[in-house]
Amino acid sequence: MLRLSAVDHKATSLGLVAGMPLANARAMLPALEVVAANAPADRKSLECIADWCERYTPLVALDPPRALLLDITGVAHLFGGETTMLDQVQSSFAKQGFAVCGAIAGTTAAARALARYRDGAIAPCGEEADFMAPLPVEALNLDPVTTHALRRAGLKTVEQVASRDRAELTARFGAGMVFTLDNALGHVEQPTSPRISPPDYSVEHQFAEPIVTQDAALAVLKALAPHLASMLEEYGSGARRLEAGFFHVDGVMRRIVIETAKPTREPAVIERLFHEKLDALADPLDPGFGYDLIRLSARRVERIDPETIGFNGNANAERKISCLIDRMAARFGSRRILVFQPNDTHIPEAAAVVVPAQYAKPTKAKWETIRDRGEAPRRPLRLFAQPEPVDVIAEVPEGPPLRFRWRRVLHTVAFVEGPERISMEWWRHQGPQPTRDYFRVEDREGKRFWLYRSGIYGRETAAARWFMHGIFA
Amino acid sequence: MLEDAIAVTRLRRAETMAKCMSGTAAKIICASLAKAELEDSETYARVPLGYGDVDAWLHGGLRRGALHEIFAEGGHEAAATGFTAALSFRVAADKRVLWIRQDFAAIECGDLAAIGLLELGLDPARLLLLRLADVADVLRAASDALSCTALGAVVIEILGNPKILDTVASRRLTLASAEKGVTPFLLRFSAKPQVSTAETRWRVRAARSPDKKENWGSPVFETELVRNRHGQTGRWIMEWSCDDDLFQNPCDKRAKDSGIVVSPPCDRSTAAAMEGVGGTQPIRRIV
Repeated sequence: MLRLSAVDHKATSLGLVAGMPLANARAMLPALEVVAANAPADRKSLECIADWCERYTPLVALDPPRALLLDITGVAHLFGGETTMLDQVQSSFAKQGFAVCGAIAGTTAAARALARYRDGAIAPCGEEADFMAPLPVEALNLDPVTTHALRRAGLKTVEQVASRDRAELTARFGAGMVFTLDNALGHVEQPTSPRISPPDYSVEHQFAEPIVTQDAALAVLKALAPHLASMLEEYGSGARRLEAGFFHVDGVMRRIVIETAKPTREPAVIERLFHEKLDALADPLDPGFGYDLIRLSARRVERIDPETIGFNGNANAERKISCLIDRMAARFGSRRILVFQPNDTHIPEAAAVVVPAQYAKPTKAKWETIRDRGEAPRRPLRLFAQPEPVDVIAEVPEGPPLRFRWRRVLHTVAFVEGPERISMEWWRHQGPQPTRDYFRVEDREGKRFWLYRSGIYGRETAAARWFMHGIFA
Repeated sequence: MLEDAIAVTRLRRAETMAKCMSGTAAKIICASLAKAELEDSETYARVPLGYGDVDAWLHGGLRRGALHEIFAEGGHEAAATGFTAALSFRVAADKRVLWIRQDFAAIECGDLAAIGLLELGLDPARLLLLRLADVADVLRAASDALSCTALGAVVIEILGNPKILDTVASRRLTLASAEKGVTPFLLRFSAKPQVSTAETRWRVRAARSPDKKENWGSPVFETELVRNRHGQTGRWIMEWSCDDDLFQNPCDKRAKDSGIVVSPPCDRSTAAAMEGVGGTQPIRRIV
């Protein structure tokens, strides 16, 4: 059965309520306009709104399906006090076409209940109980069974519930219900869980008239960077992750994040990285009706130890390299610029790992050559991520290859060396891994290959398969 | 001609700088600046490869701050990779090397392996790897990287003949490298040679190991210098010595063992080579 999941003001005034069967509603109002509910889209737009609300406070928590909790502790005075702030929030949403109700209270449950049942209420700290008293029990936002049970017991308002002995309520409904009640009455606090942790440092610029071009936005970032840098400098730290928030007039907020390999606080570097990033965006910044607030924040900071700049080039070279890495990462993504690191294993494809250069940390493992001095290389220069199957003709099944066909070309073996037997790491895998017998092979043309036979013939497998793993220089 | 073009642009830059000043003093400064910069571009160090003949043909070695192209013959991509890696690490000296490659090339020819580099005697820790999806990004990243003086060399791996890699693109690379002295290497797979502003162009394939059974398989390249802006072209068989980090003549090494002095038979039959005296016969060619 289809039911109404949400109704607007007009529908409410005509007697429709959420949860009513659609057939009944249609019977009451044949001209009813219905839109199919889309929970994921609702969730997405709620998250969008939450992003945009970061202009008021960094602590924004979602309260699905259709509410947001803004922790405005210590920020109300920036917007001219609680009353003005509530007005401002509500009017800005009304302007965007949302029907919004809101309230301010000392605890989350109280704020939630007041917003729904007494739109615009501002309960000063400690007076939540008075504000809550006349509200119906549904305002407590308990589960339907509990609410129904309270109603059946004749407890129709919050005041009536609050007057009961806590021990009785706990025995009947459990401790959770009592906690919610006390929270709603302002006796106990319940912390909100903001969806994004607040930035360590942030600076912002608000505009009376929205700005509409990317160049202007970049200029603002350039102007903000020194302010952020001086804040960072004061605390002796540098940012590893920086975020620029572009707040649109029409209720959209776009975040642009850059990361750096080393903590940084040089305004020029910050500006250049944002420039690279904005330049390379797959979906460019769309200013829409313009930005009225741009915020630059340091999301992850680390200590910078003061260092003297020496005359030798080494430190400078390192700095230049890390700048280059940051630039490439900003433009192409941090997973594109990589460094090799040794890995302590004898499995050829795992002996080296590539890690993003920005996050590379020194490892204990060391690079170790396999060949001895004066010997030819024993590992190929180009390695296939996925070894490719090869048709091999050998004299005996466990013998070295005589001829092989790879990528439809027949190669005749001129030199061969092997097998070099490499067993898999049985302590890491659940199933049995076939042993590989590697052969270093040179064909008549001089091309040098690295082939392996998977499985020991007769012991592990009856029909050994051959693979091409790499090519030597 | 290109050198002249660079010199002219430099002169212009110096002139505009001089305009800010005044009188004859400015003119003198302008002239000396231009001269200094011109000399600078002329005298970027040359890096010897270790192989006597090749170094002689290159007037002392491979020039820093100029574009070099290496073409792999079909199926010899790994050999060309090894040759380029060896050249770039030699040119970079103790600086880092940036290796830019397309995702598709890795599927086609295998991915660059760190242990493989290590086995060639090249330190993988000195390599920065940039993996990109398309050629436009590769060229863009390359031009950007050439401005970073902390890099010694930039290897640009490109598959096929993309339209975007034209004379303008190669000139851009040449100018960028001449300015800061970072050396770009264009490593081309399955590509046809095209007009470019490269200082040298090489064609590389793997050469057969000498017919001695023990210790076969060291990296031996059959290289052809098909274009040399400031000298002759030629063909050589070059062996990379993994222990000494330089190129050498495989015959020199064998001659040491056997006492026979003979030049590598790359463009002649073995018998003809045995008849001749030591030294390579270069093939002169007009490019």
